[in-house]
Amino acid sequence: MTARTNRLGRGALTGLTWLVALLFVFPVIWMVVTSFKHEVDAATDPPTFAFTPTLEQFTTILDRGFLPYLANSAFVTGLSTLLVLLLGVPAAYALSLAPVKQTSNALGFFLSTKMLPIVAAIIPLYVISQNLGMLDNVWALIVLYAGMNLPLAVWMMRSFFLEVPTEMIEAARVDGAKLPTVLYRVVLPVVAPGIAATALICVIFAWTEFFYAVNLTAAQAGTVPVFLVGFITSEGLFWAQLSAAALLASLPVMIIGWVAQNHLVRGLSMGAVK
Amino acid sequence: MTTLVEAPQSAEPPSTRTRSRQRSAAWKRRAPLLPALLFTIAVTQVPFLVTVFYSFQSWNMVRPGSQHFVGFDNYVDVFTDSVFLQALGNTVTLTVVCVFVAMLLGLGLALLLDRTFPGRGIVRTLLITPFLILPAAGALLWKTTMFDPTYGLLNWAFGVEVEWLSNYPLAAVMTQIVWQWTPFMMLLILAGLQAQSREVLEAAQVDGAGRWRTFVSITLPQLSRYLQLAVLLGAIYIVNSFDAIYLMTQGGPGTASTNLPYYIYQRAFEGFDVGQSSAMGVVVVAMTLIVATFALRLMFRAFDVSRGVK
Repeated sequence: MTARTNRLGRGALTGLTWLVALLFVFPVIWMVVTSFKHEVDAATDPPTFAFTPTLEQFTTILDRGFLPYLANSAFVTGLSTLLVLLLGVPAAYALSLAPVKQTSNALGFFLSTKMLPIVAAIIPLYVISQNLGMLDNVWALIVLYAGMNLPLAVWMMRSFFLEVPTEMIEAARVDGAKLPTVLYRVVLPVVAPGIAATALICVIFAWTEFFYAVNLTAAQAGTVPVFLVGFITSEGLFWAQLSAAALLASLPVMIIGWVAQNHLVRGLSMGAVK
Repeated sequence: MTTLVEAPQSAEPPSTRTRSRQRSAAWKRRAPLLPALLFTIAVTQVPFLVTVFYSFQSWNMVRPGSQHFVGFDNYVDVFTDSVFLQALGNTVTLTVVCVFVAMLLGLGLALLLDRTFPGRGIVRTLLITPFLILPAAGALLWKTTMFDPTYGLLNWAFGVEVEWLSNYPLAAVMTQIVWQWTPFMMLLILAGLQAQSREVLEAAQVDGAGRWRTFVSITLPQLSRYLQLAVLLGAIYIVNSFDAIYLMTQGGPGTASTNLPYYIYQRAFEGFDVGQSSAMGVVVVAMTLIVATFALRLMFRAFDVSRGVK
């Protein structure tokens, strides 16, 4: 192969990559475009590409009471992730740096709960919530989301804890450092990026969760996916409004995910990538 | 019993004090683990046990006081229910096809991204976006802007007039799920590609191995651990797919795109049949456990769990 055809080939591959990426993400691009349309331009045949942009849809969404849903989502996501870290960090420590004898049993148990289909528990959860007066209550979601994310978080954080060199810990202990100091000064700096990556993934899964939210909440404690369900009946009529709502509902997680891409990769590959 | 108690005295018995000290040391080690363990049991295992209890009851929520013990009746009903069997088939199809296709697409995209080229960061950002879109939003947007028979972009782009959601409901739902999960697969596989050593790849090229040969003999074996993880995590989430079906097809037309999560939801929250939907939940768990036993074994092999246990 000559250098010239090689360069041509590389250029073609780059072009192909760009084309595939743009096609793949097109539904999202179209969502953004549609959200700035007037309703008359949103559903047309053929599709409208040239139009006067408007912010009308966004103000309509806010008028329809979107903000309380957004606040619920933020509250539930934030607190459930905090709860996951509070419970998960010590557990990951007990399964890695100071391992208990039953480590593999405990890990297996955590992962197996992830394989329990959520539908298998929804009926008792509904009945229990009803009896406790916890239906349509953000605290019920916080507890459930923490339970949903904790197993995966323990697995991820454990793999990050395993990266802490034991010599470092031993050296610090020999120098007379107490356990809390060792944890704070030696272990935490090494595992902090891993904890951040884990938190990020918990945030994504909590923010996008649908099943519990739809079945256990309504107007009071509803999260953004519940707000979107309102569009299920208005199909074909309010595409621009739907696009604006979809954009607003996804934007927080989209921005966090874009900014923290590398953390996302590390978290998902469970610390296998340095 | 007395002989048993006397016997150790002749050997070298660990004094009760050291033993209790050992035991308290073991509990001290377990202490950080316990809150997470107890919380998980309370939130996931206890409701499941209650589901098992409900599954032996005949109980319709709209008829208060109708609750009574019926033994295995609900299970008999479940296995003779043709909709349940169809939903089971749909669930298997949906999970296997979506995981497989998303992984193939993810592998392709990861290979395209695993080079240096202008705008690589932007392309990666674009490609992960479908994973960050709210699944509920993604499902509604695909249903309307893409699949709509009159104004949808698909019919316009291909110059056809197909009622995607009524003629190919399961395929339409699967398209949306694959779109959602391909970036996830791509990210994991890309991580695997970038973890392989450059020297080995260059050495293979020096030895005259072509691209394809290098890919099959060197890259794929190194990727296998990442592929396994991708399949396992993807399957865990996709088998529970609910949003796409609820929002795009409502399981229809008829029951053509009903999967188990959606059917159980319907029986419970539209039919108010607590007993039968609980029995279905238990059956699903039993089947998942069988599959999961194999999956767990894979996971343990891939991640060498014995590491770190001293």
